[in-house]
Amino acid sequence: MALRFGENLAINYEEAVAIILFAIGFCMLLFHNNLLRKIIGLNIMDTGVYLFLASMGYIEGHKAPIITDPGTTITETFINPIPSGLVLTGIVVSVSVTALMLALAVRLYKRYHTLDLDEIYEIIEEDEENDIHN
Amino acid sequence: MTFITNFPFFSIVGSLFFAVLIFATQSKPRAGRILAYTLIVITMCLSATTAWYTWYTGESFTYIMGHYPAPWGNEIRAGVLESLLATCFGGILLLSIVGGRKFIIHHLEDASKHYLYYIMIALINAAMLALLYTNDLFTAYVFVEITTLASCAILMIRPGGRPAAAATRYMIFSLMGSGLFLIGIILMYDITGHLLMVNIWEAVQNLSANGYYRGPLLVAICLMTGGLGIKSGLFPFHYWMPDTYGAATPSSSCILSGIISKTYIFVLIKIIYRVVGVDVYYSTGAHNLMFLLGIIGMIVGSVAAIRSQKLNRMIANSSAAQIGYIYMGIGLGDIGIVAAVFHMLCHAITKPALFLSGAEIIDASGDKQDFYSIRGAAYSRKMAGLLFTVGALSMTGVPLFMGFISKILFAQATIGHPYKILFAVTALAVSTVLNAMYFLRTVINLWAPDVHHQAHQGSLMSRFSFKATAIAFIVLNISLGISAQPIIDLILKGLAML
Repeated sequence: MALRFGENLAINYEEAVAIILFAIGFCMLLFHNNLLRKIIGLNIMDTGVYLFLASMGYIEGHKAPIITDPGTTITETFINPIPSGLVLTGIVVSVSVTALMLALAVRLYKRYHTLDLDEIYEIIEEDEENDIHN
Repeated sequence: MTFITNFPFFSIVGSLFFAVLIFATQSKPRAGRILAYTLIVITMCLSATTAWYTWYTGESFTYIMGHYPAPWGNEIRAGVLESLLATCFGGILLLSIVGGRKFIIHHLEDASKHYLYYIMIALINAAMLALLYTNDLFTAYVFVEITTLASCAILMIRPGGRPAAAATRYMIFSLMGSGLFLIGIILMYDITGHLLMVNIWEAVQNLSANGYYRGPLLVAICLMTGGLGIKSGLFPFHYWMPDTYGAATPSSSCILSGIISKTYIFVLIKIIYRVVGVDVYYSTGAHNLMFLLGIIGMIVGSVAAIRSQKLNRMIANSSAAQIGYIYMGIGLGDIGIVAAVFHMLCHAITKPALFLSGAEIIDASGDKQDFYSIRGAAYSRKMAGLLFTVGALSMTGVPLFMGFISKILFAQATIGHPYKILFAVTALAVSTVLNAMYFLRTVINLWAPDVHHQAHQGSLMSRFSFKATAIAFIVLNISLGISAQPIIDLILKGLAML
C-alpha cells in the first residue's frame, strides 16, 4: 500500500492541530515564569483537548443531535453527542481551574507586585532570611 | 443484604450533600467541624460495611447509577480493595483534621473562615471515594480535578505569601498532570469508543490480540501513566512537594501527602488492572520506566531529605522517596503491586503522623524548624516526640513497625526479576541507610538533653485531640507492623477482584 508523505496528517489535520495546540499550552505551562502566560498556556492546552474531542465526534454531513420532531426515532443523521457532552464538562472544569489560578495570581501580585514566579520565590526567601536574622 | 450495594453511592453523594450543609453553618464554626467529623465517620462505617460485604460474598459488585445500563449510564464498582482503602483513607482524613485542629484554629486566624476548610474536607472525601469506586474514566478525570481544586484550597487557606506561592506551584504541576491524563483518556476513547472501564478493557484485549493501534494504545497508556505520575509526585516531577507540604497547615500536609497522592496511584493501579489489563500493560514496557524513575526517586528524595535544613522540608522530601518505593513496586508487577499497595497504606499512616508530630515539635521550638532549634524538643512535647520516633522508625524499616513489612514485601517482589533484582535491592539498601541517616539523626536530636530548650514551651500547648490522634497512629503502626498478614490477604483478595 502506497503512502504519500503527510497524507495521514492531512486527513486528520484537526487532530494534528489539536495535539500541536496541546503541546504549545503544555510547554507554556511548564516553562514560562510569568503566571498570566502560564494561565493562558493552560487554556490553550485545554482548548487543544476540546478541539480533539469535537473533531472526534463530528461526522461529515450530519446534524447536531437535537430532536425537533418528538415522534422520530431516526438518529443516524446526528453527530456523536458524547464528545460534545465531554467538551462541556471539560469547559466547566477548565473555567473553575482558571478562576482559581487567577485568584492566586491576584493574591501574589498584590503581595509581591510581580507575576514572575522565580522573582516571587526570591522575595520569599529573602523575607524568611531577614526574619531569621531579626 | 443487597441494600449494602448502595453504600458507595451514598458515601459519595452524602459527602457532597454534607459540603452544602457545612456551607449553611458558616455562622457557627463548631457546627461545621462537627458535621465534617460526622460525615467522615459515617462514610468510614459505610466503606467498612462494603468491605465486609465484598469479602463475605467473595465478589465485587457494580452499581448502575440511575439504572441506565452502559454505555448510557454511569457506574461505580466496589471490591475489597476499594472499600478497604476507602475505610483506611477515611480514618486517616479524620485523624489528620482532629490531630491538627489547634493549628487549623491558629493558622486560619479568622474563625469565620473555618467552615470553608471543612467544606473542602467534605469535597476531598467525596472526590477520594469517587476516585476509589468509579468505573468510568471520564468521571475519574472530573474527580481528579475536584481533588486538585480542593487540595489547592486547603493549601492556600493559610494566610501568607509562601502558602500562596506553594499552592501556585502545586497547581501548575497538578494541571500538567491532569492535562496529560485527560488527553490519554480521550485518546483511549478515540481508539476504543468507550469510557466505561469494563468496555475499554474488552476493546483493548481485542485490539491487542489482533495487533491493531499498537502505537496509539502505547501513547494513551504512557500519557495516563505520566499524568498520574506527575500528580502523585514521581521523580522528576516531585519538586513541588517540599514547598507544598512545608507551607501548608499541618492537617493539609497530612491530607495531601497521606491520602491525595495515594488516591492518584490507586487510579493508576485501576487503569492497569481494569482498563488496559495487566498483560497488555506490562507488554508495553511502560512499567520499566516507572521502575527506573521509582528507584531514582528513592535515592534522590532521600539525598534531598538529608540535605534539608528544616524539619518540614525533610519530611516532605522523604515523601518523594516513599512515592519512589511505590512506583518501584508497580514497575516490578505481581507481588510488587501487593507491596506497593501495602506501602501506600504504610505511608498513608506514617507520613501524617510525622507531619503532625513535626508541627508540635516546631511549635515547641518557638516556630523554628532548623535542627539546632528543635534539639531536646521531645522533652517538652513527649507525645509528639514519641509519635515522631515511631514514624521515623517505621519509615526507616525497623522491625515491629509497618515500614519493615513494606521493605520485606518489596525485597520479596524483586525475586524472579533477573535484571531488576540488582537495581531494586541495591536501591532498597541504599535508601534504607539514607532513611536511617536523616530520620534517626532527627530522633536523636529531638531526645538529646538540652537545658535551653526545656525552658521554652511553645505558644500552643498540645490538646487532648492531638494526644488521642498520636495514640491512634502509634497503635495502628505497631499493630499492622506486628500482624500484617490479614491486611496482605485482603490486598491479595482485592487485587484478584479488580
